[in-house]
Amino acid sequence: MKAWNKIKSWPLLLPIIALILVMTVNIIHDAATGVNPMSFFAISLRETTTNGTILYGRIIDIINRGSEVAILAIGMTLVVSASAGTDISVGSVMSLCASFMCMNLAGYGVSSTTTLAKPLVVGLLAAVLMGVVCGAFNGTLVAHLSIQPMVATLILYSAARAIGLLLCNDLIVYVRNPSFAFIGAFLGPIPTPIFITAFCIIIVSIVLKKTALGMYIQSVGINAKASRIAGLNSKLLIFLAYTLCGAFAAIAGIVASSRITSADSNNIGLYLEMDAILSVALGGNSLGGGKFNLAGSIIGAYTIQAITTTLYALGVSSIQAPVYKAIIVIIIVVIEAPPFKAYIRKFAASRAAAKGVKA
Amino acid sequence: MRKKVLAAIMAAAMVALTACAAAAPAPAPAAEPAATEEAAPAEEEAAPAEEEAAPAEDAGGLIKVGFAQVGHESDWRTASTKSCQDVFSTENGYDLSFVDCDNDEAAQKEAVRSFIEQGVDYIIIDPIIATGWDTVLTECEDAGIPVIVIDRTIDDSDKYVSWVGSDFLTEGKAAAEWLKAYAAAQGITEINALIIQGTIGSSAQIGRTDGFQEVADREGWTVLDKQTGDFTEAGGQEVMESFCKSYAGKFNVVVCENDNEAFGAMTAMDNAGVTYGPGNDVILISYDACTAGLEDVKAGKITADFECNPLAAPTVEGVLQTLQSGGTPEKQILVPDNWYALKDQIVDFSVDGNAQSMIEVTDDVIAAQY
Repeated sequence: MKAWNKIKSWPLLLPIIALILVMTVNIIHDAATGVNPMSFFAISLRETTTNGTILYGRIIDIINRGSEVAILAIGMTLVVSASAGTDISVGSVMSLCASFMCMNLAGYGVSSTTTLAKPLVVGLLAAVLMGVVCGAFNGTLVAHLSIQPMVATLILYSAARAIGLLLCNDLIVYVRNPSFAFIGAFLGPIPTPIFITAFCIIIVSIVLKKTALGMYIQSVGINAKASRIAGLNSKLLIFLAYTLCGAFAAIAGIVASSRITSADSNNIGLYLEMDAILSVALGGNSLGGGKFNLAGSIIGAYTIQAITTTLYALGVSSIQAPVYKAIIVIIIVVIEAPPFKAYIRKFAASRAAAKGVKA
Repeated sequence: MRKKVLAAIMAAAMVALTACAAAAPAPAPAAEPAATEEAAPAEEEAAPAEEEAAPAEDAGGLIKVGFAQVGHESDWRTASTKSCQDVFSTENGYDLSFVDCDNDEAAQKEAVRSFIEQGVDYIIIDPIIATGWDTVLTECEDAGIPVIVIDRTIDDSDKYVSWVGSDFLTEGKAAAEWLKAYAAAQGITEINALIIQGTIGSSAQIGRTDGFQEVADREGWTVLDKQTGDFTEAGGQEVMESFCKSYAGKFNVVVCENDNEAFGAMTAMDNAGVTYGPGNDVILISYDACTAGLEDVKAGKITADFECNPLAAPTVEGVLQTLQSGGTPEKQILVPDNWYALKDQIVDFSVDGNAQSMIEVTDDVIAAQY
C-alpha cells in the first residue's frame, strides 16, 4: 500500500502512462492483424546502402525523429518555469538558424552545393549564435521590458522565418555535403541526433542538479517579487531561460536541417513550437510556471513522436495526428485538473468511509 | 542602469536587423524581378498621365500587360516569373507591369484594380486563391480589359478569356501509363505501389493522386498505402522510413508527388538498404522535374520524372496574339509538360489516346531546365 502511494505521487506516472497508452495501440493493432504483437518494438541490425550497419526499428525511429521536439522541450520547460509563459518563436527561430547556417556553409545566393564554403564548425557556431541572439532578444523583451511572453515571442514567431527566407534569397539552399549530413545521419549504428539530444539532456540535468540554477528558476517562476527580495536576480534568470531556449532552438534547427542537408526555411520547425509546449504540458508541468520536471517534458516529446510514428505504422493519414494529440491532451489535462483531483479524493474518501462502516 | 542601456541597445539592434532584412530584397541577385517590383509603384503614380496618352501609345505599338503573380515561394515560381518577364519584354513589343503579391490575396486584387486604373490592354492573373474573384473580374469586364488566368484556377467566375496551365490529372495519368508500358517492357507483372502524396487538398496532390489511381484501378495494381509528405524532403524521408518497415520487401514502385519528397525518400531507402532506380528493386517515380530532380534521373536514382511546366508565358503570348487579331482563344489551354527519363527507360505510351513522347535526360537538358 505504501509502495502504491509512492507510485501514485510519482510525478512521471502520468507522462509514462500516456506513452504506454500510445504504444499499446500498436500491440493491439499488430495482434489484431496477426503479426507478432511485439513487432513494433523489434530492433534489428540492417545493412544500409550508404551508412554501414545500423540499428533498425520503429523505437529507434521514435527516439531519432523525436530529437528536435525533445531538444526544444528542454528550453521550453525552463522558459515556462521561469516566466509562466511560453516561447512561441522556437519553430521560426529553428528555421532562421538553419537558414543562417546553410547560408554560411554554401555562401550567399548559392542554392545548391556539395562543397562547404566555410568550415562546418563556423556554420554550426553561426547557427547557435543566431539562436542565442534571438533568445536574448525574447529574454530582453520579457525580463527587462516586462512584455507578456506570448506577445514578445510573437515578434520572432512571425519575423524569424521571413528573415531566414531573405538570408537564403527565397530559395531552398541545398548543402549536399557528407560532413554536414553526418549530424542528421548515423554515428556508428545509432542515429547522430540521438547522441545530440542525450548530450543536451545530460548537460542540462547536471547543471540543474549540481548548481542551484534549477531551484532559482523555479523560485522566480513561483514568485518573481519574493525571489528578488530574497536576493535573486529575477530578471537575469528569466533572461537566461529565454537565451537558453533560443540556443536549444538553434541546436534543433541544426539537426532538422542536417537531416535533409538543406535549409527549407518554409518548412523547418513548422508548428514545432506547439509540439514543444505540448510536451511540457504532457510532462505534467504546470504552464503557470514554478516547479518543473525536465524528465516529464522529454517523455512528453517522445510521446508526441510516438503518436506520429504509430499513425504511420497503422497506415492512418498523418494529417489526422492533431486529433489523436488532442485526445491525449484532454485525458491528461482532465486528470490533472484540480476539481477532478478533488473529486477523486472525495470519492476515495467516501469509499474508505463506507469500508469503515462495514467493518 | 547598465542593464537598461544594454536592453535598449539589444532592442535597437534587433530593430535595425529587421530593418536591414526588410531592405535586403532590393540588392538581391535576382535583380530583374526586384527592379520590376520597385518600378511598379512608380508606374502606378504615373498612371493618370499615361492614361491620357494611352491611345497614342497604343498606336506606337507597345502592348501593355499587367501580371499579378502569386509570390516567390519556390524555384518553380521564380521560373514562372522569369518566363513572363522574358516573353513580355520591350524588345518583343510589350510593356509589362509586374506585381509580386507575396501570397497576399487582398494585395493581388488591389494589383488587378491598379492595372485597370493604369488602363493596361491585358491582365494576367495567377490567382492565389480560387474564390472571391467575381467582383474584380466584373470590373475588368466593364473596363473592357481581357483577363487571362494562368497556373492556378478561378472557381467562382468565368469572366476571363482563357486559363493557361498544367493539368495535374494528366501528369498523374502519364506517370501511370508510362509505368504500365515500362513494366511490360521489363517483364514486371505485379505492381505494388506506395504513394507519398503532396499537401492534402492542393490541386497538384489531388490531380496527381487521382490520375495515378485511375490507371492503377483499371490495371488492377495494388496501391499498398498513401501518406502525405507535405511536398517536403523531411516529410518524404519520414514517411518512406515508415513505409520501409511496414511493407518491407512488398513494394516495387514508389511514387513521390514532387522532387523534394523523392530526395527524402531516397535517403530513407538508402538507410533501409532498399535499392531504387533503373535496374534495381524499386521503380522511383517523381513529379516536377526541377534541375536537382533531373540530376538524380541522370544519376540513375529516379527512374522517371514528370514535369509540371512553369513556362506558361509563351502559351499566354499565343493567346494575346489571337486576341490582337480579333480571334477567340479556347477557354482552357494546357501548357505542354515534358516527361523525362534516361534512354533505356524511355518507352512509348499514350494518355487518353494521345501518344506521348519522352525526353532523354542529358547534361544539356539539365542545364536548360529552370
